[in-house]
Amino acid sequence: MELLMSIVIGIIFSVTIYLFMSKNLLRVVAATLLLSHGVHLLLITMSGLQRGAAPILSFDADAYTDPLPQALVLTAIVISFGVTAILLVMSYRTYKVHKTDDLEELRGSADE
Amino acid sequence: MMQKPNNMMLQTLARLIILIILSFSIYLLLAGHNSPGGGFVGGLMTASAILILYLSFDLKSIQKAIKFDYIKIIGMGLLFASLTGVVSMLFGFPFLKHFFDYFTLPILGEVELTTAMVFDLGVYFVVLASALTIILTIAEDDK
Amino acid sequence: MTLLHWAVLLPFIAAILIPFLYKYLKRIHTGWFVLVLPLVLFVYFLSFIPKTSSGEVILNNLNWVPSLGINFNVYLDGLSLLFALLITGIGSLVVLYSIYYLSKHKEKLNNFYVYLLMFMGAMLGVVLSDNLIVIYVFWELTSIASSLLISYWYTREKSVYGALKSMYITVFGGLSMLGGFSLLYVIAGTFSIRELIANADLVMASSLFIPAMILVLLGAFTKSAQFPFHIWLPDAMEAPTPVSAYLHSATMVKAGIYLVARLTGVFGGSPEWFWIITIAGLVTLTWGSISAVRQKDLKGILAYSTVSQLGLIMSLLGAGSAAFYFQDGDNALYMTAILAAVFHLINHATFKGSLFMAAGIIDHETGTRDIRKLGGLMTVLPVTATISLIGLASMAGLPPFNGFLSKELFFTGMLNVTEYGIFNLETFGFIIPVIAWIASVFTFLYCILMFSKTFMGKFDISKLKVKHVHEAPVGMLISPVILAALVILFGLFPNLLAYSLIEPAMAAIAPGILSPGEFFDVHISHWHGFSPELWMTFGVVILGILLFMTFKKWENTAFYRGEQDLFNYAYDYGFDGFIKGSQWLTRIQMTGRLRDYFIYMNTFIILIMAYTMYRYSLPAIQSLDLSPIPVYFWLVILVFVCSIVIIPFINNRVALIITTGVSGFIVALLFVLFRAPDLALTQLLIESVSVILFMLVFYHLPKLKKVKTPPKMKAVKLIISVGFGLMITLGSLSVFSMGQEVNFDSISEYYVENSKEEAGGYNIVNVILVDFRGLDTMLEILVVSMAVLTVVSLIRLRFKGSEDI
Repeated sequence: MELLMSIVIGIIFSVTIYLFMSKNLLRVVAATLLLSHGVHLLLITMSGLQRGAAPILSFDADAYTDPLPQALVLTAIVISFGVTAILLVMSYRTYKVHKTDDLEELRGSADE
Repeated sequence: MMQKPNNMMLQTLARLIILIILSFSIYLLLAGHNSPGGGFVGGLMTASAILILYLSFDLKSIQKAIKFDYIKIIGMGLLFASLTGVVSMLFGFPFLKHFFDYFTLPILGEVELTTAMVFDLGVYFVVLASALTIILTIAEDDK
Repeated sequence: MTLLHWAVLLPFIAAILIPFLYKYLKRIHTGWFVLVLPLVLFVYFLSFIPKTSSGEVILNNLNWVPSLGINFNVYLDGLSLLFALLITGIGSLVVLYSIYYLSKHKEKLNNFYVYLLMFMGAMLGVVLSDNLIVIYVFWELTSIASSLLISYWYTREKSVYGALKSMYITVFGGLSMLGGFSLLYVIAGTFSIRELIANADLVMASSLFIPAMILVLLGAFTKSAQFPFHIWLPDAMEAPTPVSAYLHSATMVKAGIYLVARLTGVFGGSPEWFWIITIAGLVTLTWGSISAVRQKDLKGILAYSTVSQLGLIMSLLGAGSAAFYFQDGDNALYMTAILAAVFHLINHATFKGSLFMAAGIIDHETGTRDIRKLGGLMTVLPVTATISLIGLASMAGLPPFNGFLSKELFFTGMLNVTEYGIFNLETFGFIIPVIAWIASVFTFLYCILMFSKTFMGKFDISKLKVKHVHEAPVGMLISPVILAALVILFGLFPNLLAYSLIEPAMAAIAPGILSPGEFFDVHISHWHGFSPELWMTFGVVILGILLFMTFKKWENTAFYRGEQDLFNYAYDYGFDGFIKGSQWLTRIQMTGRLRDYFIYMNTFIILIMAYTMYRYSLPAIQSLDLSPIPVYFWLVILVFVCSIVIIPFINNRVALIITTGVSGFIVALLFVLFRAPDLALTQLLIESVSVILFMLVFYHLPKLKKVKTPPKMKAVKLIISVGFGLMITLGSLSVFSMGQEVNFDSISEYYVENSKEEAGGYNIVNVILVDFRGLDTMLEILVVSMAVLTVVSLIRLRFKGSEDI
């Protein structure tokens, strides 16, 4: 299962990088969302999958799934929500001000 | 998308759903220490409940009903979280050291109370208010 | 901390107090408070003369970073003491002079004195430290203080130019020097100069000897304005004149000389050291003296003359370093050069200090320093004229002033070189005294030119901007008069210095040449018969006067009319080209296109990861212990992959949101399958909230356009993204297999075992979040709050007007 997931994560990253290189602001924002999925799954996968019960002691199992990556990812999910929100709002404001969502046209002023 | 509140079905259903979601979110918050849940999940669940409220009714009437300033709630949450840390320092323990004990309460029976709960409550408030503030700020910006 | 440590730190402490004194005691010129410090320190250092002249040295240790061998050890011997006395002595006179030179009403005195004190402390630190790293730190501090002082009138373009120039050149040298010091540490394992000198054989035998030497010399040469790094010094003349007198003639520029003198014990005796320093010194001496003739600005003449005199001292140190080759032998033959160097160092400080102060007075009273406008000032400024006459005569090498004595010794030292019979000197050696002699002719020439142009001839007030010219106030004259008196005093009674300052300094420059209890023979006299030196002096005077008499003939040649140093062009063009080149380099890569940046970054990441995996033969996937895959899982993955892969092809806003949303919900489902209930719940809720957020924003944004990418670009994008994905897959697998192969205890075990006992919670993930790693979580919610504030300020608080972003 880890092999399969690694390949899936590779695909997610490929799509993400491909989207990042597009000209459209929305696709870039969507790419960050996908990127965070990829990273979360990567963290979980690297510690091994389905090896024991969910990390809740009431189950009284012999082995539990590694709780540490889960704690990491839980934090990461919330943080990546914050990041997505900022990016979205920034692209929204950018569009409002510059009237374009084309990154090619948002390339900074000439005197830089 | 928030201008035309004309769906009676949705509104009636929403009231019911929100009640369920709200109580479930409180359960998640309180049970978080021992079963799935906690401040993050609870906060987000409450936020979604309130968002459903905003989605099914219009923005203005909800604003009349709920007069919270969500940014203040963020501050309150941060205060909760940091104060639990400081309190343990007052007793000579390291910052953010938590304590727990079991109490027998009427009706509920034996209950575990822990200072970590107060900390989690802080997390709950921050996450709840953050999600709502972000969404509402964008929604209100209609220029 | 001993008194000596405090002596170094005291100026810094005083510098902190200056702004307060300036602010609250505005009625009194801040300089008066400052004056106390160098005076006290001067007297304090004077008290060491009996100790050092009997050959004693003082070493006080203070550990700073002992693990790296960096210790603030103060070391005081003859050489350090000589410099400390120069720094504090000239410092006192300069501060006194500045009180009258800088008006308390117009100038920002707090800046001036803070920088000056900072410099004083740093300079004392350089000459009193035994540790190379400490020297380096103080060394750079002097560069900074010097630049700040040059740009003291920071609104003037030329000041800023001069400050930057000196900063670039000296800091470049300082950095090279640090490299040299590090190499010395690599060779000998110590930063202490004492220990380095003790291990000089080890250093000399090392293959790093030449690189270390060249790097150290770069530092010394840039600081002491040796050819071709001398170009910063004339531009440093934009500083207020007290600064020029202090930093750029008497003390800071001699830091390089100090370093060379100090490290002669380490490097001396090698032919490279001898040749590099002697030649650099002689070229600087000649170039400086010829350039000085061309200058029209009084301070310009003095600047180039300083350059040339520094070259003179440097060449003497080079010639004297041969002493280490012979070890004992006839030490008078080599030590004369070192004697001349030390003696001239003192003399130069006295006469050049007085000359700078005189030039400052002329500038102050007439409003110009241009010798074409000046003339006939002898009657108007009689005291200044006398001071200048004494200073210039001494610089030109005329008896009975101290400059004559050191110049004679210089000739002796240079003539002695031809008798060494080492380092191929028998063939080329004769060139050395010849060059020295030619340079002295020009030195003599610019001295007469400067005096005649300024003080003789006709006084013409119409050329000046001021209406009345009168002698400077007494306070301003005190310092140059004292220095001029010293010029005469040392000239008449040179042996006053012989065993009190000069001999201990020589012993410090050449440690180990003498056996303990012995002293160098220092006897300086005016008359030693009709020796070759005397004939050389006669020649200098006659040829100099001849050149002066024919001044009219060469006045209009290109040589005299231009005054720009050739190397300034090199600096300016080089610097310009450097900036243009960097701009060009930036322009071609900083396109402002996110795509291009991603191409750079990802190409690099792919290459470096691929190389690492290849190099360490990773990943070792053969021994993977994989979990079995249930059938339904294939279905989930299939849907998931589909929802991901179609995203780039979607050209509809709502479809894009829904598809990303679907992929997010499948991630939540995967979390369930991976037995992470908390994650699943959080992901589910976040995804719902995110979809609402996306909807809200997308509602305002325009429709997606179908973008046509050229096939070539598409191929590049595909290769990079697929390559990156592949690297992530391989990386993930190798980390996973490493976790299985390497037998280590995961910290997760601790959480699993202690979550109930220590924190009373059954949900381990939650316990980690709120209890074990509570601080992380607290900071995390802080970050979330900041994100919210950013969003709110982006939307609600914006500037009205055009600058809206």
